[in-house]
Amino acid sequence: MSTAEILVIDDEIQIRKLLEITLQSNGYKVAKAGTAKEGLSAAATSASDLIILDLGLPDENGQVVLKKLREWYSKPVIILSVKNSEEEIVSALDNGANDYLLKPFRTAELLARIRSVLRNSMLSESSPTIKYEDFEINFSTRTIKKNNEPVKFTATQYELLALFVKNEGKVLTHQYILREIWGADYITQSQYLRVFVAQLRKKIEKDPDRPKYIVTESGVGYRFVAKELE
Amino acid sequence: MVFNSFALLNGVRKRNQYILSILIVCLVSVICFTFSAYIGYEVAFILLLTLSYIAMFFDILPVLLAAVLTGLIWDYFFLQPRFAFDINKPEDVITLSIYFIVALVNAVLTFKIRQIEKTIRIKEKKEQTLELYDTLLSSLSHELRTPISIIVGATDNLLDDGAVISAADKKGLLQEISIAALRLNQQVENLLNTSRLESGFLQLKKDWCDINELLHQVILKLDTELKGHIVHIDVKENLPLFKIDRGLMEQAFYNIIHNAALYTPTNSAISISADCTNEKLVVVIEDDGPGFPESEINKVFDKFYRLKNSISGGTGLGLSIVKGFIEAHEGQIELGKSILGGAKFTITIPAEYISL
Repeated sequence: MSTAEILVIDDEIQIRKLLEITLQSNGYKVAKAGTAKEGLSAAATSASDLIILDLGLPDENGQVVLKKLREWYSKPVIILSVKNSEEEIVSALDNGANDYLLKPFRTAELLARIRSVLRNSMLSESSPTIKYEDFEINFSTRTIKKNNEPVKFTATQYELLALFVKNEGKVLTHQYILREIWGADYITQSQYLRVFVAQLRKKIEKDPDRPKYIVTESGVGYRFVAKELE
Repeated sequence: MVFNSFALLNGVRKRNQYILSILIVCLVSVICFTFSAYIGYEVAFILLLTLSYIAMFFDILPVLLAAVLTGLIWDYFFLQPRFAFDINKPEDVITLSIYFIVALVNAVLTFKIRQIEKTIRIKEKKEQTLELYDTLLSSLSHELRTPISIIVGATDNLLDDGAVISAADKKGLLQEISIAALRLNQQVENLLNTSRLESGFLQLKKDWCDINELLHQVILKLDTELKGHIVHIDVKENLPLFKIDRGLMEQAFYNIIHNAALYTPTNSAISISADCTNEKLVVVIEDDGPGFPESEINKVFDKFYRLKNSISGGTGLGLSIVKGFIEAHEGQIELGKSILGGAKFTITIPAEYISL
């Protein structure tokens, strides 16, 4: 695996230090910046493959920094934020962040998120069929099979599952999903989404009450988590 | 009974006190007047008694008004010559003067006593606040400093180049640091939630919520803590979606179930059920642990309250946060005894719901 370079933008020197040690010991190259200004210039000059951005920067609002970055930076951005700011996370995701982590975060979680967004950004055209442990989805025939038996899905159920699968590992906000599946007029009608997610879980999860594939991100949205079978 | 009416009349507004004292005086006077053939000079005492009663309950100004009024009424209607303010006999002048003095002294004394009572009440309240503050400080300093000491101590050991620590011990110290940090985080979370409630600016962000999913997610979050427990979740089939603040309710359920996991022995059963009763969301969380002593049930939702002899690790904020978040939803929480033998929390939330 080629060493990816990660730019850490955080005003706390201890967090920068911690991330540097964690990331380097896991084979990543690390660049650091302590302010929004430094961060933006570092992003422009370095060849970073991913940015970890703290939303609470001293010189500029993290959301503004994110928007500025997204004017030209197309590689993944992971947001660091504190709890109780779900709204902030949702708007960061709307502003183009690929994922988020709440402080305090666990190292394993951080590394998993990094791997996931890096893999997604390198993903080229996907094949027509993707197989998972409990089901497989075929994009060309728009069908889902479970234990090699076709399972009946309504058009909306299929669209929703396909949206999740195509965004594997990525957190999708409620509003985003509602807009994609039902249209812009429905972004406040979250009750539909709750019901359809419950239906999907019943169809694809082994234990719908302890979902492995469609995971709830409290107050934010859902994340499709799965290891694709070779 | 007297105390009840005291409290009742204390609440009567000043303007109403004037009207009421006039009414009472007039009423008593009319009664006395009707029976004036049977009672003579003693009317003065009856009126004085009425005045004393008014003085017990009302503010000083309405009492003074009543004093003047009774004096005038006595003079005009009862003193010879009747139906005139004239006073002929010198002893009547003395009686009337004494009457006024007694009435005024009565009013002023009662007023003073009430002032003193008020000062004492304020002082008591201050002392209570101070006591609460002391409890907060001692609880906080203990609950925050313990994990900090563990972190500082363990890292000192690990950083000491001269110390010989086995690999197993090293791992042990690191685990202690990790546990201490998580515990600190939990305490900070509680403090933040308490200050959110205290600020009075808690704004609910309501959205449709799948209660079954919510409860399962709380259980999932408490996976480690619930490892030695048997958890049973029973959500009614086709339970409607409820419009609630998911974040707050998740925290509320988390705190209750976390408590249950913490304060019941290993292998205890925890049963969680959810239903829609009388258009309200009803969630019951019960266990077969030791439960709460009957005498302490009323206090468990108080801030900083901790059961006697309870194990360390809490600030006594958890259940007060639960109550605060549920009341923010205009809901109720009740603690009782479960048929399983332990504690039974019943949460009732009136919320918009939708069946799809």
